[in-house]
Amino acid sequence: MSGNIIELRNLTKTYYIGETHVNALQGVSYTIEKGDFLAVMGSSGSGKSTLMNIIGCLDKPTSGEYILDGEEVSKFDKNKLARIRNQKIGFVFQSFNLLARTTALENTELPLLYSSTNGKDMTERAMASLAAVGLKDRAHHKTNQLSGGEQQRVAIARALLNNPALILADEPTGNLDSKTSSDIMNIFKTLNEEKGMTMIMVTHEPDIAAWARKRIYLLDGLIVREERT
Amino acid sequence: MIKRALMHGVRTCRVAFRALARNKMRSFLTALGIIIGVGAVIAMVSIGEGAKRGIENRFAAMGTNLLFVSPGSQAARGVHGGWGSMQTLKEEDAAAIGQECPAVMYISPSVSARAQTVYGNKNWNTSISGTGDRYPEVRNWDVEFGSYFDENQVRSAAKVCVLGADLKTNLFEDDDPVGKVIRIKKIPFKVLGVLKKRGESGGFGSRDDMIAIPYTTAMRRLQGIDYIQSVDVRAVSADQMLQAQAQIEELLRVRHRIAPGAEDDFTVRNMSEIAEAAAETTKMMTVLLGSIASISLLVGGIGIMNIMLVSVTERIREIGLRMAVGAREKDILLQFLTEAVVLSLMGGLIGIGFGIGASKLIKKIKMFASFNTVVSLESVLMAFFFAATIGIFFGFYPARKASRLDPIEALRYE
Repeated sequence: MSGNIIELRNLTKTYYIGETHVNALQGVSYTIEKGDFLAVMGSSGSGKSTLMNIIGCLDKPTSGEYILDGEEVSKFDKNKLARIRNQKIGFVFQSFNLLARTTALENTELPLLYSSTNGKDMTERAMASLAAVGLKDRAHHKTNQLSGGEQQRVAIARALLNNPALILADEPTGNLDSKTSSDIMNIFKTLNEEKGMTMIMVTHEPDIAAWARKRIYLLDGLIVREERT
Repeated sequence: MIKRALMHGVRTCRVAFRALARNKMRSFLTALGIIIGVGAVIAMVSIGEGAKRGIENRFAAMGTNLLFVSPGSQAARGVHGGWGSMQTLKEEDAAAIGQECPAVMYISPSVSARAQTVYGNKNWNTSISGTGDRYPEVRNWDVEFGSYFDENQVRSAAKVCVLGADLKTNLFEDDDPVGKVIRIKKIPFKVLGVLKKRGESGGFGSRDDMIAIPYTTAMRRLQGIDYIQSVDVRAVSADQMLQAQAQIEELLRVRHRIAPGAEDDFTVRNMSEIAEAAAETTKMMTVLLGSIASISLLVGGIGIMNIMLVSVTERIREIGLRMAVGAREKDILLQFLTEAVVLSLMGGLIGIGFGIGASKLIKKIKMFASFNTVVSLESVLMAFFFAATIGIFFGFYPARKASRLDPIEALRYE
């Protein structure tokens, strides 16, 4: 059950814009264990987006090491990173990012397009994923026929599809009302507590962050505080 | 390995189809350029093909052992040139050709003009062909009703005529014209017969809108000239055509007292030369028509590129999302390239149908009624191939742009 799923060792990220440069991350070191439920907080410019992009393998650090599920991914090339994203990471975005005019089922199946899977398996696994978030009977509804909460649940089903090592959620309740937000957070809680899924969530709302069991605060590219519930 | 590649290919096509189906109107408008381009190419080439076939048939009907003797040297005019207003050919030359050249079977001197023909209250401006009595044999063109004029009538420059099928309809409608008298340039002519219908030609006008009279009559009574404009010659057989040509040339050189080495004052042309030249011309015409139509195909390709660029911009978030869930650069490149190719192939298919329909329609328009149109398998395959190439070529740039997006920027795009 335990063991580190993520090890960050002295990560830095510097952006060069013309003559000047921006130190987005100035040396972040942290460990995330399997089954953790972590909230990452901080104001804009604190580096939390940069940190999430690196954890999500969408970006590479300027220096330092990132070990994900035992692999040192900080030096991987674009194609290998894409593969890691496909296999190990499930994204959930604030604006859901579903394909328009497409059914929930097809949306959920999307990651399988980019892994070498058989066509027949695809539908079965997607349906199982949708069932896990309680949307089995809405599988053939198109995006515009789903409510905001349902769309986010489809996104979660998509993220779960390839049985990832962790779920990365970026302000997952930002576009939802308070009731729906609770529903979504409940799903996260269930996935974390019953299925042991590692959850990492970026948020700036304290009451959403309260759902997580650990919280870290970033300021000026460094982790300045850690809280545990 | 091949099976997996194939399955992957099928999946890519399906993804492309679904993406295109999400926005049917836009997909249709994008393909419209290709549809029109391909349709235009097919229609234009079919006109050219039709002209070519028409001319081929015409030459085949006349037979390949036909020769034409005309005044004036080769250098004086090109292949199409009018027979010139040179006066060096005389009717005695024609008679000599017929009698003294063993490889020559029949001759028919030719004197033509245009004049007003009148019957009752109908009149019609038509082409007057002054010919010899052997014209039907030389030209392989027989009478349908009545008879052609004979040797005696030619010798006496009789005022007799044979009508072309269309002229007969114009002056007589359904009445029987044989035995009746019509006026050509106010001179009365008795109708001896009506020629068979020749039908469409490779160009404008009908070949049945004409009237045949003895060339002697044309020379002396109509035009008042003492020379003939050309001689049609039929050789004994196709094999002997070149010999006939040589014999005629020698004979005329002697008769016209042309010194060896000096330029001839006449030209002898054989049918296959003329047929070849005509074939070359129609081929050029077809290529020209096709090229012009291809420009619209090119424009269609540019249209595809533009709309795909817009499509990529509109779908930046989608591309970011696909990359986030594991799409590599080449997956995105392949997806958008496939969309472009699918669009252009579908456009090509519809365009082919559209072009075939257009070529059938062209025949129905009165102005082009004498045009024949033939859609060849070759042109269809070529158009299809072009459509595919255009899709790949013009779809590549937008596809590459899409694949080179940075996923983080793409996901952030508003």
